[in-house]
Amino acid sequence: MRAVVTVSGTDRRGIIAKVSGFLYEKGVNIEDISQTILGEQFAMIMMVDVTESNTEFSVLAQELEDMGRSIGMTVRLQHGAIFDAMHNV
Amino acid sequence: MFTSNQVLETIEMIEKEHLDIRTVTMGISLLPCIRETAEKTAAEVYSRVMKRAEKLVPTAEELSREFGIPIVNKRVSVTPVSLVTAAFPDESGKVGQALDRAARELGIDFLGGYSALVHKGTADYEEKFLATIPEVLASTQRLCASVNVGSSRSGINMDAVGKMGEIVKETAALTAKDGGIGCCKLVVFCNAVEDNPFMAGAFHGVGERDAVINVGVSGPGVVQHALKFVPDADLTDAAEVIKRTAFKITRAGQLIAKEAAKRLNVPFGIVDLSLAPTPARGDSVAHILEELGLSVVGCHGTTAALAMLNDAVKKGGVMASSRVGGLSGAFIPVSEDSGMIESAERGGITIEKLEAMTCVCSVGLDMIALPGDTPATTISAIIADEAAIGMVNNKTTAVRVIPVPGKNVGDEVNFGGLLGRAPVMPVHGGDASRFIGRGGLIPAPIHSFKN
Repeated sequence: MRAVVTVSGTDRRGIIAKVSGFLYEKGVNIEDISQTILGEQFAMIMMVDVTESNTEFSVLAQELEDMGRSIGMTVRLQHGAIFDAMHNV
Repeated sequence: MFTSNQVLETIEMIEKEHLDIRTVTMGISLLPCIRETAEKTAAEVYSRVMKRAEKLVPTAEELSREFGIPIVNKRVSVTPVSLVTAAFPDESGKVGQALDRAARELGIDFLGGYSALVHKGTADYEEKFLATIPEVLASTQRLCASVNVGSSRSGINMDAVGKMGEIVKETAALTAKDGGIGCCKLVVFCNAVEDNPFMAGAFHGVGERDAVINVGVSGPGVVQHALKFVPDADLTDAAEVIKRTAFKITRAGQLIAKEAAKRLNVPFGIVDLSLAPTPARGDSVAHILEELGLSVVGCHGTTAALAMLNDAVKKGGVMASSRVGGLSGAFIPVSEDSGMIESAERGGITIEKLEAMTCVCSVGLDMIALPGDTPATTISAIIADEAAIGMVNNKTTAVRVIPVPGKNVGDEVNFGGLLGRAPVMPVHGGDASRFIGRGGLIPAPIHSFKN
């Protein structure tokens, strides 16, 4: 299943390493990454595939959010369907 | 596929502009629960609602987590209770209490359907049912009542209109210590719809299936934000912006509705294309109208702006959903909309203007606080006016007013939470008691004869 991870917050070292390491441990495959820094603000969007992950989706979302908080970032995992629905006819 | 910008746009809508799914409402038929006594019926009703809606709240919470969009309310609507208790109408309250208990235990905030449909005439059992409403609303927390007193097809039952003025007053009196809060749970309709997911007027129509999932979307803040980017656009272009935004909002609603229906194993009913405000800042329909160029909602031009907004919301929404229903359009409650509250406090909006606005939007006079000494016949007359607008224009209209005991113009009442707060608004001092006292039925308009 296609899902989207978004990460935002003040830029610091190791954000990508931390998030991608966590996703690797959970069996989530990263398919695409785009990342920008505006001033001190860090914003990253990852397209991921969670098919191989053994963790239930809503649990994964919660764990990712908690992990993000521990490094001072806002991290969300959302079902890709919502973006598809809202932006594609 | 979607782009990074689209991802960010959606997240911005949710986090900063209050985009949410306002309600996931499960409609449940109570007709199979009818037994020979009120006690047995109430027990059946309780167990049926508990069983059917058992997973409603956890499923909605799970969807909310997975899709990253808040689902504000999880609700249940049921068959009009007057039909279920027709054999023992005086004891309808027992079913009402059972429903309230089920709502509490399921963790849902409102359950709608303590209702009667009397638009052509009031049956004896309905007369007795109506008499139970004030006491039941005063002794329950989550149960909502509604009464349909008119329709374009059948006219307006003025005997029922007269009665409802008294019931509103009595409900306010019985809940006087909480500002007449019972009236926040009581709606009087003309042309009530059978698949409305919104409270307090939701009920599960007899033309519906066993159980169904209806979803109400929201997002006034998203529309207002989109309009901020086109401050100089003409109204054709502004309508386009609203349409596009409504499309996106409704698509989110459609997705959640389908997914909720699938997981709950209940058929998908409709998406209600609504703009439903809350008292939170940045979640106001009034502020959209002001964004269009009005200094204060309620000034001349408000009705035209609202007509455009309402129509654009429908046009954008219709294409986004496979099945549209409910009330569909912009809601203009006073106490539940921060922009409306501000305008009412400054005397910027009157009941007369709100009445005009209801000609062009989805519902009616909603969540308006009136002086506590407003006569029952004046409330009936307000209901009659609204019902006439609905009847002649083939649309749903409703009245949910609160004559706040002991309060007068200049005072304020605070109901808390989503119900919000409202300044008491003045009503016309003239007397309609002789008109209301005539009773009878206002015949259906000539254009109702379409067969």
